[in-house]
Amino acid sequence: MTTMDRKAWIGLLARAPAARLAELMPTLPPHSFLRPPEIGAVMVRGRIGGTGSAFNLGEMTVTRCSIRLDDGTLGHAWVQGRDKGHATRAAVADALLQTNDSTRVKAEVLSPLATEAAEHRNARASKAAATKVEFFTLQRGEDQ
Amino acid sequence: MYVAVKGGERAIDNAHAWLAEERRGDLAVAELTLGQIREQLRLSVNRVMAEGSLYDPDLAALAIKQARGDLIEAIFLIRAYRTTLPRLGGSWPVDTAEMAIDRRISATFKDLPGGQILGPTFDYTHRLLDFRLAADGEAPVPAATATPSPDAVPHVMGLLDRDGLIEPAPVTDGTPRDLTRAPLELPADRALRLQAITRADEGFLLSLAYSTQRGYGRTHAFVGELRIGTVAVEVDIPELGFSVAIGEVELTECETVNQFTGSATQPPQFTRGYGLVFGQSERKAIAMSLVDRALRWQELGEDFVGAPAQDEEFVLSHCDNVQATGFLEHIKLPHYVDFQAELELLRRLRHDTQRMASQQNAEAAE
Repeated sequence: MTTMDRKAWIGLLARAPAARLAELMPTLPPHSFLRPPEIGAVMVRGRIGGTGSAFNLGEMTVTRCSIRLDDGTLGHAWVQGRDKGHATRAAVADALLQTNDSTRVKAEVLSPLATEAAEHRNARASKAAATKVEFFTLQRGEDQ
Repeated sequence: MYVAVKGGERAIDNAHAWLAEERRGDLAVAELTLGQIREQLRLSVNRVMAEGSLYDPDLAALAIKQARGDLIEAIFLIRAYRTTLPRLGGSWPVDTAEMAIDRRISATFKDLPGGQILGPTFDYTHRLLDFRLAADGEAPVPAATATPSPDAVPHVMGLLDRDGLIEPAPVTDGTPRDLTRAPLELPADRALRLQAITRADEGFLLSLAYSTQRGYGRTHAFVGELRIGTVAVEVDIPELGFSVAIGEVELTECETVNQFTGSATQPPQFTRGYGLVFGQSERKAIAMSLVDRALRWQELGEDFVGAPAQDEEFVLSHCDNVQATGFLEHIKLPHYVDFQAELELLRRLRHDTQRMASQQNAEAAE
């Protein structure tokens, strides 16, 4: 397991629609909470001029949660929004992905989420692409 | 002067019960769901998130429902809720160059890398009421699609910056001052001003920006680029020791190109105004970038011409609609003792005037 893998799957679980994650993970293995789901806010920052120094844009709601599986594996989650079930599932999935179950969880949870996220993104990009302006210039009379 | 007044509980309870009934309206009409508000009144939701300064579409929809559609009241509800949340951290600055773009236009270059992408815009509609929406609507025709271009959509400012034609956007380290953590102190730096005006009242900002266009602190702004779309929000997770893109927010970004700065040693360059707002909100983002630019007069060595949009203290002290509403509306609350004092004073003045007048009459008669 590399950090990049874990960084990617924690992000994917966090950005997944909560209802979809609930469908994909209907039952959870036994676990205990190191930190029960906690709702808070993160200050989102932008850059002055898009590329300059940081400034505070406004907050967004976040729920974080940490769990321990019975075998001692720890799972962490920070997810956007206020859905405690989402944070719990994401934390459990993070733990499972570090165990021997990882292949199964990757196939059953991560793959569909990644595919659907890509489809969603592509669907919007396709609609945007259809609104791209194709300029044409009329030939001016004096140029003939 | 305020005096504690007791009583009125029953009247208040009854008023609130009636408010709840009025909020629901005619029971023969189906009740609004939060999903309907979130999906179909999305631009109201965006405004409440931007000015409430909290990105959460479901909460904004709830606030709009509770406030009966009064957006400033809804913004107040969001601000109040926000204060109950623990601050878990701050994000890395979002990268708007990597935005998943819904809309991207430039008023300064016709042909540019990435092209002009109109997106779901009101522009070019005829502003005629569409009575088909009043009838029981069928689902709209699906939007057309085309193959997205794999090419990057670079910032227009980057193209100007490459040639040195626009002032650079310097990067300084450090955490920006946060007006939700410490009271606003003037003078404010640009970062603090941007935080204040991105959550400012849209109407106030619109009028100020308009005033600069009409000559009150003119800045000759062109919309170099306006882009709308979603960006990832990346946060350092202490328990992991690395950062994760934990969410996405929709943003509108506006960059204006304005007239020149320069000196004996530095050739003239265009200057920048910047607007960045939660949600699809281009009126607000354009207004923000004009007001940002007007407020930069000192830094750019321009004259203060006394225009309201140039006056940092005026703008920052009056741009927040929750603050403004609070102070404006407090005058409807009991001021019985205050008013009694004024009444007493007025009676004494009138009494004195009348006594003088009758004395003069008496003297004239003698």
